[in-house]
Amino acid sequence: MRFVNHLSDSLNGLVSRRGFMRGLGGLGAGLVISVKLGAAADAQRSGAAAVMQSDNAAETIDATGFVVIGDDDTVTVMIKHLEMGQGPYTGLCTLVAEELDADWAQMRAQGAPSNAALYKNLAFGMQGTGGSTAMANSYEQMRKAGATARAMLVAAAAQNWGVPESEITVVKGLVSHNKSGEHARFAELADQAAKLTPPQNVKLKDPSRFTLIGTTVPKLDTRAKSDGSAIYTIDVDPPEMLTVVIAHPPRFGAKAAKVDDSVARKVRGVTDVKVTPHGVAVYADGFWAAKKARDALKIEWDDSGAEMRGTDQLIAEYRKQAEQPGKKATERGTVESALSRAIKMLQAEYIFPYLAHAPMEPLDCAIEARNGACQAWFGSQLQTVDHKTIAKVMGLPEEKVKINTLFAGGSFGRRAQPAGDLAGEAAAALKALDRDAAIKLVWTREDDMRGGRYRPFTLHRMKAALDKGGNIISWDHVVVSQSIVKGSPFEAMIKDGIDPTMVEGADDLPYKMRNLRVTAHTMEVGVPVLWWRSVGHTHTAFATETFLDELLVGGRKDPLHGRIALLKDQPRYAGVLQAVGRAARWNGSKAGKDRARGVAVHKSFDTYVAQIAEVSRGPDGLPKVEKVWCAVDCGVAVNPEIIRAQMEGGIGFGLGAILFDEITLDQGRVTQGNFNDYRMLRIHEMPKVEVVIVKSMEKPTGVGEPGVPPIGPAVANAWRALTGKAVRRLPFTQQPKAVAKSKVRTT
Amino acid sequence: MITLSVNGNTVKVKSEPDTPLLWVLRDELKLTGTKYGCGVAQCGACTVHLDGLPRRSCVAPVGQLEGGEVTTIEGLSNKEIKALQEAWAVLDVPQCGYCQSGQLMTAAALLAEIPKPTDADIDSAMAGNVCRCATYVRIRAAIHLAAETMED
Repeated sequence: MRFVNHLSDSLNGLVSRRGFMRGLGGLGAGLVISVKLGAAADAQRSGAAAVMQSDNAAETIDATGFVVIGDDDTVTVMIKHLEMGQGPYTGLCTLVAEELDADWAQMRAQGAPSNAALYKNLAFGMQGTGGSTAMANSYEQMRKAGATARAMLVAAAAQNWGVPESEITVVKGLVSHNKSGEHARFAELADQAAKLTPPQNVKLKDPSRFTLIGTTVPKLDTRAKSDGSAIYTIDVDPPEMLTVVIAHPPRFGAKAAKVDDSVARKVRGVTDVKVTPHGVAVYADGFWAAKKARDALKIEWDDSGAEMRGTDQLIAEYRKQAEQPGKKATERGTVESALSRAIKMLQAEYIFPYLAHAPMEPLDCAIEARNGACQAWFGSQLQTVDHKTIAKVMGLPEEKVKINTLFAGGSFGRRAQPAGDLAGEAAAALKALDRDAAIKLVWTREDDMRGGRYRPFTLHRMKAALDKGGNIISWDHVVVSQSIVKGSPFEAMIKDGIDPTMVEGADDLPYKMRNLRVTAHTMEVGVPVLWWRSVGHTHTAFATETFLDELLVGGRKDPLHGRIALLKDQPRYAGVLQAVGRAARWNGSKAGKDRARGVAVHKSFDTYVAQIAEVSRGPDGLPKVEKVWCAVDCGVAVNPEIIRAQMEGGIGFGLGAILFDEITLDQGRVTQGNFNDYRMLRIHEMPKVEVVIVKSMEKPTGVGEPGVPPIGPAVANAWRALTGKAVRRLPFTQQPKAVAKSKVRTT
Repeated sequence: MITLSVNGNTVKVKSEPDTPLLWVLRDELKLTGTKYGCGVAQCGACTVHLDGLPRRSCVAPVGQLEGGEVTTIEGLSNKEIKALQEAWAVLDVPQCGYCQSGQLMTAAALLAEIPKPTDADIDSAMAGNVCRCATYVRIRAAIHLAAETMED
């Protein structure tokens, strides 16, 4: 496939008229190295992959079109993953540049268009970003792409100069033959190289020869994100584009019954008002007119299919359900039999609220229909799903649809929509116009906050027993939650009736425990839910790591060393705990008169993270987190500074949520609406952070999510050490109401 | 019709007077570096300078700004922003980047007022700017770095 055609198509599109594809400015007649790669034996497989791969596409990875060499000697890597802040533009470019022996200064990144055959996530079998897989699934693939391109450039040079390939070196983008004194830049060889047959089995570098992987190369998107020139969906502005703002039903599952748009239509700039399957859409020549008119609509909603329950009612129903026997997620030994030997018991109930992702850029999607084809520009996170959804809604064959993936102003899971919600909503609004047009659907912050797709509301019940020596002899864990994947293209992930995202991090509890049982209940609620940065680990890590901490302390064991003692067979868990203990100079929970420390460790997405939080008493009865030490083992550390930044960000993201955030329902209506009542962590609340990266030669794993799970329990454990109060209901702002005195009961 | 100075150019605004400055900048003047985050002055993504001071453009109806001098991230070029942008690059501050125009506009105003800010100065100046990626550790470090490197 001539990838260059692909590119010029998109250059003819709306976006390029604004000239924002700066990185490609020099492409011109630039040549493309088409690389064909063999099977990626190490491609991650998951339940999702099995479902999405209807053919045997995963067996042969056809990776043409990752590397584009411009006639200005730039090397542009087509990035198959959404750049939402977690760093794949820089990370994947690093992999290519390493094997290509390119100069970092010549590297550029470009979001790849939707094309599952070329750009699928090898862990999903479809194009998409999530589960902290971007680096893990690309590590070998992108290195091979770079190595293949290098081999072709070297072969072209050897032909030109009439010298053996083995005598040619490539250093920082310069191809040289020392004996003859010949040398050339990539651009001078690209034409000829592109005519060669790509080699099949290129050899990858031994890690000891890495010059870029493992170093902190400057990020490729920093400059554009520091001068206002980076283009996000909300900035896309093709000629004659209309802005669309939609009135969504105030209750999930409601429909518009009666619409009075007489006032709305009089707002200057409004062109159309249409009822769509998602609500009532207002079209205008700009955002303000569209929003003003949207707010002036008078709509009667039909609530007959709507979720009408409130949060208190859900809690009561979840509690009732927790009393019933659940489906078994895992069982070792027999929990009940151990109870007869119990000296002490601990029981706890945990409640975790719905959480909104609240990315800084509210959801948005630009989409255009012209001459029987459709093109969209947005921060698409599951491009294959979005692509199919748009084709279906527009009634077009899939080859007439194209998605151009732009920078996303954050996502945290929100843009990875298994049902293609946003793409479908934008396409439906476009379709409703019934003419060639370009629209940009923009959600307001309130739309985003009240639009559902939350981290599921979840209740945990835990019961454990200690023997005479203070050892944990039984562990019984019940999880009551909603399924994220049920009814989605990822439904095949459900195993034995349990959505693994409900129990991940609980059913693989790493601690040595002879009698352990984890059961789960799936609740049906009309509130749509979704993966929220680190998914099930957001609540399982909190429940398991605070509960364990109480048991350790109740059994007179040190929180750090007590954990390590239970992790003798888990060297990577123990490794991050030891590393974080050294960094913090751990000497027990006490840290002076007014401060205490808490520790937590959790593995998510195959990355191991341990954190120690030091807290004091802050204003409003909430903890002030003074400092967090963090140790991470994510295999080969491709870019240490990106890893550190993701840990810092994950800590801040998780901390804001556990301190302040909950989405509550009042008779089915979401109570919160904006950042005034759904608080973000602010700079004065951000702790100092010190990150230690554990040296590892294991395959690299993700860092976007794994920094989040340990912070909640680390802070709660510190808080309990400081105040004696166990935190059983999040957020912390619920504590005055729901605080429980920590007490391991003697039986 | 409202007349403004935007990044040194005189502009006659066609939008309705109740339109917040943010949407005049973005939709009418095509200056998209200033971002929409909340619409209620809670997040700071829309921060611009109005007559030299930081201002939340999402709650500033353009009709009230007659004769005002507006500077956006595209137009600011003083020593403060230059030092900050360099520091932002050295420390690779942005993640998703969406809030960073607003962060930089607020930080530039801080450095103009207090060239060597303390942590407490930074807290009080920057607390109105939300970063959902929580790049705060680096924002703080980069402001200190910019203060060190900025020419007197």
